[in-house]
Amino acid sequence: MNKHIERLYNGLIKENPTLVLMLGMCPTLAVSTAAINGIGMGLSTTAVLILSNLVISLLRRVIPNEVRLPAYIVIVASLVTVTELLIEAYLPTVYEALGIYIPLIVVNCIILGRAEAYANKHEPGLSIMDGLGMGLGFTIALTLAGLFREVLGAGTAFGYRVLPESVSPMGIFIQPPGAFLIIALFIVIMNAIGIKTRQKQLVENDGCSGNCAACAMSCEERKEEAK
Amino acid sequence: MKSLILIMISGALINNVVLNQFLGICSFLGVSKQMKASASLGVAVIFVLTIASAVASILYDLVLKPFNLDFMKTIVFILVIAALVQIVEMFLKKTSPAIYKALGIYLPLITTNCAVLGVALTNVQNGYNFIECVLSGFGTAVGYTLAIVLLAGIRSRIREEDLPAPLRGAPIVLISAALMSIAFMGFSGLSF
Repeated sequence: MNKHIERLYNGLIKENPTLVLMLGMCPTLAVSTAAINGIGMGLSTTAVLILSNLVISLLRRVIPNEVRLPAYIVIVASLVTVTELLIEAYLPTVYEALGIYIPLIVVNCIILGRAEAYANKHEPGLSIMDGLGMGLGFTIALTLAGLFREVLGAGTAFGYRVLPESVSPMGIFIQPPGAFLIIALFIVIMNAIGIKTRQKQLVENDGCSGNCAACAMSCEERKEEAK
Repeated sequence: MKSLILIMISGALINNVVLNQFLGICSFLGVSKQMKASASLGVAVIFVLTIASAVASILYDLVLKPFNLDFMKTIVFILVIAALVQIVEMFLKKTSPAIYKALGIYLPLITTNCAVLGVALTNVQNGYNFIECVLSGFGTAVGYTLAIVLLAGIRSRIREEDLPAPLRGAPIVLISAALMSIAFMGFSGLSF
């Protein structure tokens, strides 16, 4: 398979960041109250991810290894600020709906994770495709979660009514507890049909970089097990 | 005075940072396996979040706002938090090795804990003054500690072998979190 296409497939399905790697749970849980929010958040993150992968890949021989994490954080934070200002100017409704979660893209594990695991070792073309694949995988997972919650909790899909008026929607699903329940349901389904979530494997690939609390924690466990 | 107490209660219980606003989920799910680790992380978060809120508030009021650099706040705050965590780590290592030993491995994790950045940004958005920022940071961190310690307590009592196979691991933790979240929704009646 063509290497670029393979990157897309990898991000969308094989290593889907949300459903398989379980990264970026905060925005997944927080903004999936409606399908349209999922698309907005997903595409914003995709834009940042493609650009950060590109920049970090271009600078991969310039940034000294010891200060790479602060350097990445500055690059990502600048890109997020630009994205935030653009959304505020051109898509005010999306900006209203996503609120604080747009600047918080900076600390999304997916972005630093891809910089560490892929972009700083590969050429720009492949890194862009990697960012695109991962970003779209994230968008799809987020939209799916949003769609489920919206249909169950409000009886609508993308703002259009899909359940008949006689069925009263279960409001709990668009409130905070519903987020945990829907994601739990997704993982149960994935487990039941035999797709393994691979958090441990990511840790091995990632080299315990300490970017994400959950990854770093399983690193500590692995080190203890090794002793 | 009443409003200050309300800011703290709201941060800790009504708008619980984990169960209501979904910040810091990574560490909430990852670290809550062990009670001791959860409590240590909680203390480290209280420590860092309170200081970070104070520093972010000072920087915003004295530097960013007067010079019209409002749009730089995300970059400035994340750098301040990262630097602050480093300084706290070095300071603890020098002055009190015992505390450093207990909290050491959790301190670096806090840099990418979105709760810290989230609170700093929310404080600024709400237009809080210095004291309100510190109290809101402290209250939020107490809420985080409460949530993660409670979840660790629940997880220590779950017997995985009693569960159907697909529910083991992450799903049952998420379901426990959902039930806690329902319980915390009850606190919304506290807003007076």
